Parts: sequence; C-alpha cells; structure tokens
Amino acid sequence: MLGQLIVSSLVVGSIYALMALAMSITYKASEVPNFSQGEMAMMSTYVTFVLLSSFGLSFYPAMLLTVGFAFLLGLILEFFFLRRAKNPTPLNLIVITIGFQLMLYGLAGWKWGSEQRQINLPFSESKVIVQNDVFALTELNLATLVIAFIVLLVIYLLIQKTKLGLAMKACQQNVNASKMNGISAYRIMAISFGISSIVGAIAGVLVAPLLTLDPSMMWDPLLKGFAAAVLGGMKSLHGVVIGGLLLGLIENLFGFYISIEFKSVVAFAIIVLVLYFKPSGLFDKHYVRKV
Amino acid sequence: MAEPILQVKNVETYYDKVRALHGVSLEIAAGSITAILGNNGAGKTTTLNTIIGLLDDQPDKGTIHFCGERIDGKETEQIVARGMAYVPEGREVFDELTVKENLMVGAYLRKDRQGIKSDLEKMFHFFPVLKDRINQHAGTLSGGEQQMLAISRALMNRPKLLLMDEPSLGLSPALVKMIFNIIPSIRAEGITVLLVEQNANMALKIADFGYVMENGRFVTSGTAQDLQADEDVKEFYLGIKAETAVKGEQRYKRKRRWA
Repeated sequence: MLGQLIVSSLVVGSIYALMALAMSITYKASEVPNFSQGEMAMMSTYVTFVLLSSFGLSFYPAMLLTVGFAFLLGLILEFFFLRRAKNPTPLNLIVITIGFQLMLYGLAGWKWGSEQRQINLPFSESKVIVQNDVFALTELNLATLVIAFIVLLVIYLLIQKTKLGLAMKACQQNVNASKMNGISAYRIMAISFGISSIVGAIAGVLVAPLLTLDPSMMWDPLLKGFAAAVLGGMKSLHGVVIGGLLLGLIENLFGFYISIEFKSVVAFAIIVLVLYFKPSGLFDKHYVRKV
Repeated sequence: MAEPILQVKNVETYYDKVRALHGVSLEIAAGSITAILGNNGAGKTTTLNTIIGLLDDQPDKGTIHFCGERIDGKETEQIVARGMAYVPEGREVFDELTVKENLMVGAYLRKDRQGIKSDLEKMFHFFPVLKDRINQHAGTLSGGEQQMLAISRALMNRPKLLLMDEPSLGLSPALVKMIFNIIPSIRAEGITVLLVEQNANMALKIADFGYVMENGRFVTSGTAQDLQADEDVKEFYLGIKAETAVKGEQRYKRKRRWA
C-alpha cells in the first residue's frame, strides 16, 4: 500500500511541482507571487478543451496552440496590466494579479458557464499500464509523470544553458545592472510571465481529467502549488520542484494514516510552519547583503 | 576639438521636485580620459546615471549626444547598445552568478562567439585573479575582485565609451593603484573613459581633462595639468595646504571663487 501511496503522491506532486515552478519563475522575476496563475492555467485548459471538442483537433496540435495561447496570456498580463502600474510596490502588483484573476474567472464564467465539463485527453484514466505487487500506474498517471518531467527538464535547460536564461537570472538579481549590460528588463519580465503561464497551462491540462473542467478548477492546485513553493523556497527552482513532490507525499501519507478529512488542510499548515521556522523555504539559499 | 564622442548640454535632472543637476554641460573627446571630481553629494553619480539613462523621465531639460546621435530620453539598454558601458558605484555584480556568467552577461549584446572568447582571455590577462575564480559566485569575491569583475563585465561589451563611477571606493591603496594602472591600458584599447572620482589626486594623474563639480554644477574645468596647478583645486581636493598661519594651524581664510 505504501508503494501505491508513494507513486500516486509523485503523480499529484508533479502537478504541484509544475504549479509551484510557474509561481516561482514569475516570483523570481518580479518579487510578486502571481495569484492569477491558476486562472491563467484554467483559461488555457479551456482553450485546449475547445480545440479538442469543438474544433476536433487531435491532442498534440491542440497542446501546441494552447502553449502559444498561454504564452500570449502571460505577455498580456505583464504588458497591459503590471507594466502600466506607476511606481508600484509589490503589494500593488499582487493586487493587480488578483484583479486579473477575478477578470479571467468572470470571463470564463461568462463564456463557458459554471457547468462542469469533461476534457478528453488521449490518456486513459482507467487503463492500467504498470501493475505489480507494489503499485499500479494508469496511462494518465504515467503521461502526467513523463510530461511533467519533460517540462521541468526543458525549463532547467532553458535557464541554465541559454542566453535567455542567463538574462532572466541577471534580471532577477539586479535589474539596473542588467540594463547596464544591454538587457531589456521589460522584455525579459514579459517572457518570464509567458513561460510561467505555459508551465501553469500544462499543469492545468494534466490536472483537468482528475478534476472536472470548470472556472474554479485551479483554485486548489494553485494554492497547493503556492504551498509547495513556500515549502521549497520561492526563489529556488529545484527547491520548488522538490517542495511539490514533498507536499504530494506528505498530503497523501497524512490522508491515509491520520485523517482523510483534514488532508487538504495539510498544505496550509505547511505554509504556516515553514513561515514560522524557515521563511526562506527548505532549499533557498541566498546571499545576505552586507552593509 | 574634433567632434566630441559625448556632448552633454545644459542638462537638468530632478529627483521628484528637487533639482539635483543645475544645467550641466560637458564634452568628451574621443580617446581621452576625463575625470569628474567633487565631494559627496555634488551630483557626480547623478550625472553618470543621467547620461546612461537610468533615471526615469530624466533629464528634465537639456540634450545628450553620443557619437553624434541624441540619446537623452532613451532606455538604458538602447544607449548601451550604441556603445556605452557603465561600471557603477558599488560594483553591482550579479552575486549569485559565477564570474564567467557575469562576464557573459556583459557580452549579452554580442553575437560573435570568437570575439567573445578572445575578449574573455583579454580580461583574464588584465585581471588574472578572475581566471582563478571563474566558477565562483561573484557574491563570494572580495571587494577588489568584484571591482575588477565589474570593469571586465563592462569591457566585454566592447564599448566606445566607458563610464566609471568611483572605481577606488572602498579598496585598499594597493588595489586602487592597480585599478588606476589599468585605466590607461583601457584607453590604449581605443576606449574613451569618463571617470568619476573623489580621489582627485589619483584621478588627475591619469586623466587628460577634468571637471570639478559642486552642488550640481561644474564649477571649474581644464586639462589635468591646469587643475593640478589650480590653487583652489589644490587646497580643497588635493589636500595641499595653501598657507599656514603663525601658530601652525591651517586657516581657511581664502574664499573659494565659486561658493
């Protein structure tokens, strides 16, 4: 049973990890936790849904278009909303992201209604692919793990190996010094929001078959992703991924061994505990500025 | 003077409603080393920040031309792309990037891999210690090493004009000497240098031309030799006593012409 618990924790944890990573990318870039992340992912998931069911596209082209849409949505948030703020403090920007979240929520409610829909991915939820004494894995579970892993790997390579990644890291650390070296900080910021929106969108599509597709479907994953990010350390990319997996594990073990009713509270207890004892998260290391 | 590489005309810069620069004009000849001297709060850093475009919506008045092209009001990254580089006060290296990554950020606008590689070697030739620290995070370097890194990072962009803000700040005398020895070599590469310094002595030794700044204005200017010979500059910036009173105490009875 424990083996099964761990495997399903990894599956749900990898979705948390994606949400946490999405939060972390924008948080590192702007010092602002983007609370509209969930709704942006929800919108993108609806786009996938429409492409799949109304336009009859197959999964991969639909995914490709969704990624494009998500990127655009990220750019829109940065360009039309955040950038327009005059001498903003982080709090102003947080409020803007909450406003954007409510806008998207309202928009989705108006367009698609609060009716719950079923998204049909080419991965079956019931077909068991791996089955042994320790655990069983459905097709959807496996696809979730594989896709999440690929996304994490791509993001890692992007940030560690490319010039864009270097510019992102530079802007995260010192905006003025980045400008002095010819980096357009605004452009990098917009791209960061675009990329994080893509990561969130993929998490949304993966989580949609487990939940049902409705405008509030991403609330829970977003908050869990946020908790995971706090647990791992908002500013550490590998930290938030481990935080996501860890949160999935803690939650599942708690739910099984202690209390299923309180399972969803665990994440929030973790936020409180982490902020009490290690506010920078488990894996964040940063230089404290002398002077 | 031939067409100056940088021409600043009647620039006024405000911080909110406080005017920090009261009509600053300055011309820099290509290939020269120019020093701006002055005390704390005179407006030296503000002048550089205005030139490089780091202050939003500034300068309020006046024009800045770089290589014949008007650059005031442009974004910093656009100005940098035209061939200016900045070594800021307090170094501002990227603490959590390695030395190599810091230098690569400096080369962000360049595409020629070969040139970048050979320039990296050149920087390591200027500052061998950076090569030893190549994979270390810049935040772990000493102040002097960070200053070397900041200079190298700026040079990686192959600028035409290098702005340096107090490169000697907080460094030991030996390091100050070393940094000031490097500046003429930078000029020998064909790079024009605009240097802001409190250490007037050192600055005038290597500079061709100097400006003295006080309360947001240039109060005097001239060739480095002239300034070194100027009585006021001597007394107030070079610390050479003009006259000694009978009791052996210095009396500042002379009035500055520009106060």
